[in-house]
Amino acid sequence: MQEFIIWLQHPGLTHFLILSGLLFSLGLFAILTRRNAIMVLMGIELMLNAANINFVAFSRYVTTTLDGHVVAVFVIILAAAEAAILLAIVLNIYQNFNTVNVDEINQLKD
Amino acid sequence: MSQETLLIFAVVVWLLPLLDFIVLIFLNKRISRSGDWFGTSILFAALVLSFTILFVKLGAYHDQTLQTTFTWVNFGNVPGVGELKIELGLMIDNVAAIMLVVVSIVSALVHLFSIGYMHGDVRYGRYFAYLGLFTFSMVGIVLTNNFLLMYVSWELVGLSSYLLIGHWFEKKSAADAGKKAFIVNRVGDVGMFIGILILYTTFHTFSFDIIFESIKSGIIPFGSEAWLTAAGILIFCGAIGKSAQFPLHVWLPDAMEGPTPVSALIHAATMVAAGVYLVTRTFAMMTADALMFIAYIGAITAFISATIAIAQNDIKKVLAYSTVSQLGYMIMGLGVGAYSAGFFHLTTHAMFKAGLFLGSGSVIYAIHNALHHVDDHQTDAQDIRNMGGLRTKMPITFWTFLIYTLAISGVPFTSGFLSKDEILAGTIVYGELTGHWIISIIGFFVAGLTAFYMFRLVILTFLGKHKDHHRFDAIHESPKVMTIPLIVFAVLSFFAFYSWNPFGAASGWFFHAVERPESVVPFAVAAANNEAFEATLHHLHLWAMLLSLTVAGIGISVAFSTYYWKKINADVVANAPVLKWLYKFFLNKWYFDELYQVIFVKGTDNIAAAYRWFDNVIIDGFVNGVAKWTIGITHGVKHTWEEGRAGSIFYLTVFAMLSLFIGWQAAIGLLMQGAGIAAKIECGLLGLGVSALTFFLFYFGVGGFDDKIIDGVVNLIVFLAGMSGRLLRSIQTGKVQTYLVFVLFGVMVFFLWFR
Repeated sequence: MQEFIIWLQHPGLTHFLILSGLLFSLGLFAILTRRNAIMVLMGIELMLNAANINFVAFSRYVTTTLDGHVVAVFVIILAAAEAAILLAIVLNIYQNFNTVNVDEINQLKD
Repeated sequence: MSQETLLIFAVVVWLLPLLDFIVLIFLNKRISRSGDWFGTSILFAALVLSFTILFVKLGAYHDQTLQTTFTWVNFGNVPGVGELKIELGLMIDNVAAIMLVVVSIVSALVHLFSIGYMHGDVRYGRYFAYLGLFTFSMVGIVLTNNFLLMYVSWELVGLSSYLLIGHWFEKKSAADAGKKAFIVNRVGDVGMFIGILILYTTFHTFSFDIIFESIKSGIIPFGSEAWLTAAGILIFCGAIGKSAQFPLHVWLPDAMEGPTPVSALIHAATMVAAGVYLVTRTFAMMTADALMFIAYIGAITAFISATIAIAQNDIKKVLAYSTVSQLGYMIMGLGVGAYSAGFFHLTTHAMFKAGLFLGSGSVIYAIHNALHHVDDHQTDAQDIRNMGGLRTKMPITFWTFLIYTLAISGVPFTSGFLSKDEILAGTIVYGELTGHWIISIIGFFVAGLTAFYMFRLVILTFLGKHKDHHRFDAIHESPKVMTIPLIVFAVLSFFAFYSWNPFGAASGWFFHAVERPESVVPFAVAAANNEAFEATLHHLHLWAMLLSLTVAGIGISVAFSTYYWKKINADVVANAPVLKWLYKFFLNKWYFDELYQVIFVKGTDNIAAAYRWFDNVIIDGFVNGVAKWTIGITHGVKHTWEEGRAGSIFYLTVFAMLSLFIGWQAAIGLLMQGAGIAAKIECGLLGLGVSALTFFLFYFGVGGFDDKIIDGVVNLIVFLAGMSGRLLRSIQTGKVQTYLVFVLFGVMVFFLWFR
């Protein structure tokens, strides 16, 4: 226990990787199991952010350049653009099907 | 009190109204009385701090500038430029300290006034929150020492103005006025932004001091003085927008749609003065040409708006145009080199114009209540033709209003006389030094007009007889929260606060505190420096004062003889042959709004229509054309397979051959970029041959006996596809999440198999 606390107090690369892995799986869980389309979008955002943490962590601890940081900025921008488009899609879905429950939007099966 | 303490006080004065805004915007519905006491007490605290700063500054640090800077962003070593960082900061010099007091006093008193005026309003709490936001932004403009923070605060005051003008946004004219104010301001801000960029690319800093030092040491934008003039004029463009100068003055009269205390705070005393403040801050870097441009714009603005004001009938519109005219005066004063006079006029004008607006608010409030009392919902409470004789019913409002009018008309023993006199003296000096006498002539003419229309306003509103007896009986003086600010402003309109000499301000503390900065531009393009200016001023001052007294006297006597003693009939004058057109011209604001509507609004519409035509006809035509081409092919196939007619087969094959040919050529062009011309010709001929072969094959090969084979193959394929489709259909649940699980599964398989 003591060792664990000491380990927690000296953050290194592994800490961030574990964190990003945790966030990624939480995001994945959200995408696969939530019924509301907006919650699925939130899951997507979580996954993107987890990937960002990963990039930045590697950039900070492994390389001497700032490549990972730059990529993280790119990812943020892309996430924003993508969120805008996804919301437009969700709006259209709502206007067409009058629901945002993804279980009920299964017209593609025909 | 040390310098650090003063700077901390300044930061507190800056951030307290922000706290006020944040608290009120979220909590106004949950605290008692929607938080008006909270906002007002914060502003009074800020006022106390501002006074402290002013007194300590003028007492202990009279000639120093207190500054504090911090690095906002450090870009490190940028290739091609070197060390690059953006430093922001605050500064307190005498001008800033005085302006701080002006802003705090007007804001605090407007807060107090609004408690009475906006009583029972539908969005009472939000109103006070926005007032706090405005004060925060305005203090930001006052205290900043760099262009970046000034630009940010500049835009923020524009935003606050938009929010406050559109306070009663259910009324379409109010919502439109808010948009108009913001957009016209933005037009000016574009020029200012370009000016800031020119300065940044040259000096790589936003700080005023560093820029002025660099110009002094010889570095000027792109090495040319013309660019320096251009930068000065472009920065001034921001002031043209914000301070409602010609040609961007059109938003200020419309801004009167907002509540009257807002008009007093923003559109009379502080926000519109921000443009003048900007010119005072950047005065040192203006070349003589830039200053001439500034002086002319100021003079033209003063002239245009004064002529419009003499024909207006709405009390707030008269005051609005008067504000535009006085702003023109201030700008003109700065342009001709009367630096202290221009800033002095800003200070005195803030006091009496805020008072004028609050006084008119008091009148409007009283008439509004009286109209409610007699159940009249048609009459316009702001039209001066519906007023008259209010002197007996609203004495405090009348006497304070009279004092403000005396101040703005330039009657001795008021502060307005001192400031206006100094500016007019400055214009005469300018005419003497440069030969541009027209500015001086315009200045004196407008002074006469100002006296005329202001006294016209006083006479028609307060003197004479009220038309409607019932309404008149229901009018009474406004409550103390509204009359106390009026009294304070009236007291501040006396000369004694600025100079012990009622006829000249040069010996007072103000002129000692605010001295014209040395110009840093190269000598060849600098305007006349302070010594030359003062020397010429010395012998011309007396003439200027006598002349200004004369024109003011003429203006006042014309006003009285027309409206009080009724010696001149105003209607006869307004209908006289030539004057009739002039009157219409002035009444309709020189048709500026109509002009802009035709040029800019309709112009934008027409450009948009042209683009729309292009998109609908050409681009959509292309897209639809491709679709029609595809339909053409399929129709051809359908007809041929079904009917086997020779005619349609022919067209089909022509179509197919042409498509193949074009496709082949396109492919060759794209794929064979690097090959030689002989290879391209060979492939081109090959393509021609293939197309011709296809043509013959189709034309002779298609017929009835081929149908069975080809149909049979097609049917078989269809059957197989159907079978596998039915098999795979069960996988298709139509739910996105199921598909995602499959994706995940596939990815994991990939990971494990292809390690």
